[in-house]
Amino acid sequence: MRGAKSAKWVVGAIVVAMAATACNGGGDSKSSSGSGGKPAGYVSVDVGEPQNPLYPTDTNETLGHYVITALYSPLVKFDDKGKILNVAAESITTEDSKTWTIKLKSGWTFHNGEKVTAQSYVDAWNWGANIKNNQKNSLWFNDIKGYEDVHPEKGDPKSDKMSGLTAKDELTLSVELKNPVPYFQYKLGYVPFMPQPQAFFKDPKGFGQKPVGQGPYKFEKWDHKKLIQVAAYDGYKGDDKPKNKGVQFKQYSTVEAAYQELMSGNLDLIRQIGPKDLPKYKSDLGDRAIDKPYAAVQSIVPAFYSEPFKGIDPKVIQGLSMAIDRQTITKTVLNGTRTPATSFTPPGVEGNQSDLGVDVFKFDPAKAKDLIKEGGGVPGNKIWIQFNGDGGHKEWITAVCENIRQNTGVECLADPKPDFQADLDLRDQNKVKAMYRGGWVADYPLNVNFMRELYKTGAEANSGRFSDKGIDELMEKGDNAKTLEESVKLYQEAEKAMVQKMPSIPLWNYRINGGHSKTTDNVVVDYRGDYVMTEVTPK
Amino acid sequence: MPEATEGAVVAGAATETTVSTVTTAGGAGGSGGSVGKPRSLWSDAWGDLRRNPLFVASAVLILLLLTMACFPSLFTSASPRNGDLTGAFLKEPEYGKVFSPEWLGYDGQGRSIWARLVYGARASVIVGVVVTGTVTLFGGLVGMLAGYFGGWADSLLSRLTDVFAGIPFLLGAMVVLTSFEVRTVWVVSAALAVLGWTQIARVMRGSVISIKQQDYVMAAKALGAGTGRILLRHILPNAVAPVIIVATTALGGYIAAEATLSYLGIGLADPAISWGIDVSAGKDQLRNAPHVLLFPALMVSITVLAFIMLGDAVRNALDPKLR
Amino acid sequence: MGRYVARRLLQMIPVFIGSTLLIFLMMYALPGDPVRAMWGEQAIDEAQIASIKHDLGLDLPLWQQYWNYVSGLFQGDFGTQIASQRPVADVIADAIPVTLRLALFAFVFTVVVGISLGVLAGLKADRWLDKGVLFFTLLLVSVPSFVLGYLFQFIFAMKLGWLTPTVQNSEDFGQLFMPAIVLGSLSLAYVTRLTRTSIAENKRADYIRTAVAKGLPRRRVVGIHLLRNSMIPVVTFLGTDLGALLGGAVVTEGIFNVQGIGREIYEALNRHEGSTVVGIVTLLVIVYLCASLIVDLLYAVLDPRIRYA
Repeated sequence: MRGAKSAKWVVGAIVVAMAATACNGGGDSKSSSGSGGKPAGYVSVDVGEPQNPLYPTDTNETLGHYVITALYSPLVKFDDKGKILNVAAESITTEDSKTWTIKLKSGWTFHNGEKVTAQSYVDAWNWGANIKNNQKNSLWFNDIKGYEDVHPEKGDPKSDKMSGLTAKDELTLSVELKNPVPYFQYKLGYVPFMPQPQAFFKDPKGFGQKPVGQGPYKFEKWDHKKLIQVAAYDGYKGDDKPKNKGVQFKQYSTVEAAYQELMSGNLDLIRQIGPKDLPKYKSDLGDRAIDKPYAAVQSIVPAFYSEPFKGIDPKVIQGLSMAIDRQTITKTVLNGTRTPATSFTPPGVEGNQSDLGVDVFKFDPAKAKDLIKEGGGVPGNKIWIQFNGDGGHKEWITAVCENIRQNTGVECLADPKPDFQADLDLRDQNKVKAMYRGGWVADYPLNVNFMRELYKTGAEANSGRFSDKGIDELMEKGDNAKTLEESVKLYQEAEKAMVQKMPSIPLWNYRINGGHSKTTDNVVVDYRGDYVMTEVTPK
Repeated sequence: MPEATEGAVVAGAATETTVSTVTTAGGAGGSGGSVGKPRSLWSDAWGDLRRNPLFVASAVLILLLLTMACFPSLFTSASPRNGDLTGAFLKEPEYGKVFSPEWLGYDGQGRSIWARLVYGARASVIVGVVVTGTVTLFGGLVGMLAGYFGGWADSLLSRLTDVFAGIPFLLGAMVVLTSFEVRTVWVVSAALAVLGWTQIARVMRGSVISIKQQDYVMAAKALGAGTGRILLRHILPNAVAPVIIVATTALGGYIAAEATLSYLGIGLADPAISWGIDVSAGKDQLRNAPHVLLFPALMVSITVLAFIMLGDAVRNALDPKLR
Repeated sequence: MGRYVARRLLQMIPVFIGSTLLIFLMMYALPGDPVRAMWGEQAIDEAQIASIKHDLGLDLPLWQQYWNYVSGLFQGDFGTQIASQRPVADVIADAIPVTLRLALFAFVFTVVVGISLGVLAGLKADRWLDKGVLFFTLLLVSVPSFVLGYLFQFIFAMKLGWLTPTVQNSEDFGQLFMPAIVLGSLSLAYVTRLTRTSIAENKRADYIRTAVAKGLPRRRVVGIHLLRNSMIPVVTFLGTDLGALLGGAVVTEGIFNVQGIGREIYEALNRHEGSTVVGIVTLLVIVYLCASLIVDLLYAVLDPRIRYA
């Protein structure tokens, strides 16, 4: 019976081990479950785990953006028409659009008590631009003189300072650009252009987990994949002082779960209603429902190197555009989460033109057919729309394809890729079969951002490889304009010209569909579709 | 069996029942002592099957499904692709109009759900049959070689089996499928087969080990029969019963696995038509129009049920111990 | 016994290496580049991508990456996530307690309900109770978990309002109830059927007749003699099933908002976080290997005739 006995011992050991792990699990979680409670006066929002550590210069996605903008205050922000408002900056001036002088407001301090000076900006930007620090937003410093020294194409950086950046005095920052950029002050509203305290540079890794900024909120804790908590900063000097005591950014793995929590009062703000609840959320929430447009466009983009679209007559693309019943699709399949597009830029950005004086965005099957015929049709009479299957695009792509197929006779097939990476990979390598799904959210609310980045020859985000001399010239003129107003105007001309070339088929602009709890009020949405957390008032 | 969870049924339990079946089935072949008449087990089984109402019910269902898969246009005149968003978006079912396009209502693209169900049968049937076939052939071969030769060959093949068996079925299939940019039924079948063969291999190995010690195999060896002849003529016919039991039950599991993967967005994808895809789309309408989710889900369940019942009936017929 | 265990442990090594290598290769073969994908549709910066890859060792040849990974593994280092820059070990450690609770709940449910149903059915073989149980298990096996999950959610949470539709707090066993049952339902069906078959077979065995003839009370006959001897196939199944419950919950965790291993691996796969996927699968392989060893050892407990040398 020796075998049996030792085997019994084994069983005993398993039972003990299992019990131990179970208890351990329970004990562990008790400490973290305490974090589920919300301190009085705080508001909570369904913002999940940021993709990367909390560096302004590394954050390029919405979740991290929410947290960063709570902890740091930008130099400028924008009103809902896309006009500039100063926040941390007293003034931003330039004579020639090449050398910019930024005067800071005085008396600002970081959350650790350190004074915010021009040097805090210079050091932070130099650090963010340095290739050694692996920051994803470093390209944003590309306009500044000396960028190549800290961020060479190959090899080690020659310097750790950009020559164009100097702190003239404690509160004056001078930025010299490589070339004139008439709309540079717009770019300064984006996240990379934040300051860092001196202590940051001693331990960047630690600060990535526990950031110290000069914004309306100071960091409290980060319970990974559960919650990030920030508290209103008493010493905050900006005009946008928080109207609540703090914010909890809470993670939910599904939008449905977040919605349940909103309904049961455990969550104050929800950014996105799941498809399951969309048809009913307005009746569920009444006047607590939020439904507002923001500056983002969804489109389908022809790959101009692909078989069906190589050297195509733009009339065909215009025809395809007119075969799509934007009204019906946004109302049914998309549940009112989008507004049909009428131009290449969304409303709410400076320079948007709601009427380009054409009917290209109207649904007109008869004219669509005629245009395609006039333009010589699509070679092979078949197109594909490539998209990432993990992004919730399937339904509208299918509907758009059906529109094209039924209204023009051009066979249209959805071409899903398993995930975003596979999708991007094919775009980078010029292997899109016909068209791909495009989406663009404003980095800064200016019409330039929706054209230059996407359709200029050789622009990095121009994955359709659209190239047109006339359009390029118009855009270059805009880039070399003396003033911002002039630049915006020239880009408006470029937009009008684009209708005749059709670098993409804009479909619709985004809306935010969310809601808030009974215990909160005054929910404001900014141009990116983000809630302005400082404005939210707890009741 | 790591594959026993989550839709990827693959009959984890079946392996275990066959632990006992292996010996009995082998014994049945052997104790009959009828090298020349290995059919007695089969004709017995067939007689058994015909009288089993479970078998009759499942066979009728499966025949229906097969016809649907081959000739969908016999069942519906509507197209599974033509959507009408203005007129038919999420239209409620009209249960009175049996077999008409509007019978089971319309989905979120304004397509007839009945037509989608009919045309979706093909993907399920193909995946089920192809995976089961491949797995039985390959797993059977590996198991037979390992069981018959023993020693180093056995160690090597068994460890190889362990390697694939250790990887969780569904997770493994997800990883494999993510690496394909275009996922057709064949790709999905291949992914399932790559991870699914181990079970058959183990069953076959056990079965062969018990049979190769039987007198008639020894006798054939002594008479100088070649390895190939012994394997094919003497061992295979007697060792195959437990494999068939596992395979039929697993077939339903593979169909469920395809639906699960398509549901997760990692299996088949548009413009392919699959019940799993439709369940996935239907979940968004759960509050608004539950019928969009209900019918494809029901269809998957009925189909899997049909094959599991078939597997059950076959097991009852082939396993004398259960009679 | 000791030698047997040693031999089994040795056999695990090639299997372990094989499995991890297989998954590693699969992840390596995925199209797309996780580092580049962090830029999304925005303008990308080739130099920066190269620099990040270099720092993570992703620019090394495949065999070297694998070697680094495995040697790190033996020092308890599971690697670092590309985007979050968190140690994979931390990420897994966060998710494991949640999954463990869910799996154990499902496991206990499976064992208790499954064996009871199986014994009942087995004792009344071929009566209506038996037929009913058989049909019930057939239904459970046929309904895939993603269907069952929504069905439960729809009926018990949305129509009847008895339970919360999703899990908000993974320590609350009341909330874990529904996902645990959905997760365990398939195993439940198998356990029931295995127990039923085994009991039905064994109750006609000689030793049971002897026990009854000896005048032992029925409770003792069934509880000790019959049950113990009928448990071998059930234990075999349960042993390997525990690992499956831990790893196979991708669907259930998704439907019910459970932040466990299944969600983690699904997300990691989408982001091509190779080290996370390989790390989790490695753990599951180890659980699987250990579970099958333990099951084999358990045979000796249940059946004194079995000896390992």
